[in-house]
Amino acid sequence: MGRFEYFEHLADMGIVGWGASLAEAFEEAAKAMFNLIIDIDQVKPSQRLPIHCRAEDTEELFVEWLNQLLTEADINGLVLSRFRIDRITEKELHGWVEGERFDPQRHNPKVEVKAATYSGLAIGERDGEFFARCVVDI
Amino acid sequence: MELKKLIAEGEYEWVIPRQGEMKVPGKIYAHRKLIEEMDEKVYEQVTNVACLPGIQKFSLAMPDAHWGYGFPIGGVAAFDPDQGGIISVGGVGFDVNCGVRTLCTGLDLEEVRPKLKDIVDTLFGIVPAGVGSRGKISLSSSQVEGVLTKGAQWVVGLGYGEKEDLEFTEERGMVPGGDPGAVSQKALQREKRQVGTLGSGNHYLEVQWVEEVYDPSTASKFGLEKNKVTITIHCGSRALGHQVGTDYLRILAEASRKYGIPIKERELVCAPIDSPEGKRYFSAVNCAINYAFANRQVITHLVREGLNRVFPRAEAKLLYDVGHNTCKLENHRIDGQERRVLVHRKGATRAFGPQRGELPQPYQGIGQPVIIGGTMGTSSYILVGTETGEEKAFASVCHGAGRRMSRKRAMKTWRGERLLDELKSKGIYIRGHSMSGLAEEAPMAYKDVTEVVEAIHNAGLARKVVRLKPMGCIKG
Repeated sequence: MGRFEYFEHLADMGIVGWGASLAEAFEEAAKAMFNLIIDIDQVKPSQRLPIHCRAEDTEELFVEWLNQLLTEADINGLVLSRFRIDRITEKELHGWVEGERFDPQRHNPKVEVKAATYSGLAIGERDGEFFARCVVDI
Repeated sequence: MELKKLIAEGEYEWVIPRQGEMKVPGKIYAHRKLIEEMDEKVYEQVTNVACLPGIQKFSLAMPDAHWGYGFPIGGVAAFDPDQGGIISVGGVGFDVNCGVRTLCTGLDLEEVRPKLKDIVDTLFGIVPAGVGSRGKISLSSSQVEGVLTKGAQWVVGLGYGEKEDLEFTEERGMVPGGDPGAVSQKALQREKRQVGTLGSGNHYLEVQWVEEVYDPSTASKFGLEKNKVTITIHCGSRALGHQVGTDYLRILAEASRKYGIPIKERELVCAPIDSPEGKRYFSAVNCAINYAFANRQVITHLVREGLNRVFPRAEAKLLYDVGHNTCKLENHRIDGQERRVLVHRKGATRAFGPQRGELPQPYQGIGQPVIIGGTMGTSSYILVGTETGEEKAFASVCHGAGRRMSRKRAMKTWRGERLLDELKSKGIYIRGHSMSGLAEEAPMAYKDVTEVVEAIHNAGLARKVVRLKPMGCIKG
């Protein structure tokens, strides 16, 4: 079962996703990021967007994934709560995400995330669990 | 930060000696106490920046410095294009040209006090803020192009504000060299109805009064008088600017590999200023700088509208508008020669001295007003740029108090509702779009702004003019 948590950064916020696979760690980190913006528990997964990312290595792929989610959510006026990666390689991933139209009354808006950054960026495995982490700019 | 790693050059200057791959020494402007409180990451990041190609004189950190991405927040560095100098996303940040502008209302504290709630509530209703805030202004694609190339000048032409405002905006509200072709379609799509919106995080709209005047002659030339009310706007280039940062983070990561630039931290990804990638990024940054100027200009118009609903005859004259996440081509004296360098200021404010030709005519011979935003519970300061600052720091100073506690810890320590009550008891009326957002911005999560400003003043980088005290604040 995946999970997410936060780590401290003076100006902004560090996010970490943990999972049984790299894909799950990426998905959990996306939950961590969107839960900074709104309460993901309040978001119904009623609209789906396909996601496809490419990068030069897995670390950059992780940041690309998070940034693409921020961009697509904003362009489509959505907030996201479900994240699924179907296929992932070292440099590429395919998946989809779900959410609904942003409703300030229901979603408990907290703070905007400007971008996922290369700061504090790390991907790895510890005690049989995968993790993916970075600092997001607030 | 450990003092023993630094060499003190007087009370307010600390040098990181050149070592290893550093091309220049590092320098931190702060006094002992601030240095001791500063995180080690600042040392590391100042050192990393000092290793970048084409860096001139020194890699700097201001007294409000803390851990950033690549550059420290509060970091300044200048690069010479003729010496292989680079342009870096880490030195500009994701909120391009995030900055502040202060308006002088001419109203007295005593006439505003009884109507404070009225004013703050009115402004809260008029100026869109908070997560995903969008306003009423929908720009056509040719209008967006106008904003990206002409900045505040374009929106003044559309009727948002006065021509006079431009004179008192850094760069007269428009930097040249913004090519909208360098801005991605995604960034343009994200612009939708965001001009004239505040955003969230540490952005704010604050009603303040002049509590103390340190330099009466300069204050009067700036139109500042004891007990007069000012309004300050803090915000940036919104999603368009964030997307420019995101897009070029990837592009410059590739460029760093292509040009074989050795970088010590991934967020320092960069390209030579004169390379196609570097030129394109600079062009996109200029567009985002112009967008931020336009954003603050439209908000100014909205603020005036709100203010006049409560005080029909009040004027809100612009004191100055200055960005603190930028890179700009400027002339500076280096090794006795005037050179054109690209100055990166990440969480640092430009502070031109009295002789700079870039200053608006009324400030010639006086110096540039420098706006240092504190917290909603403490103070802000207006300073004036000095000639010494040009020599010592490429005419740069701090940008605010600087955080000393993480958002995570601040949220655990304070509750937004309680904070509101506490500030209310001090006569400060706050409206926020998010209670958790307010807790993250608790005044105690920041360094003491007075200590930070004292360090700037005593190091000679700028001079104190007045102290502003908050009385009402809107947080996004």
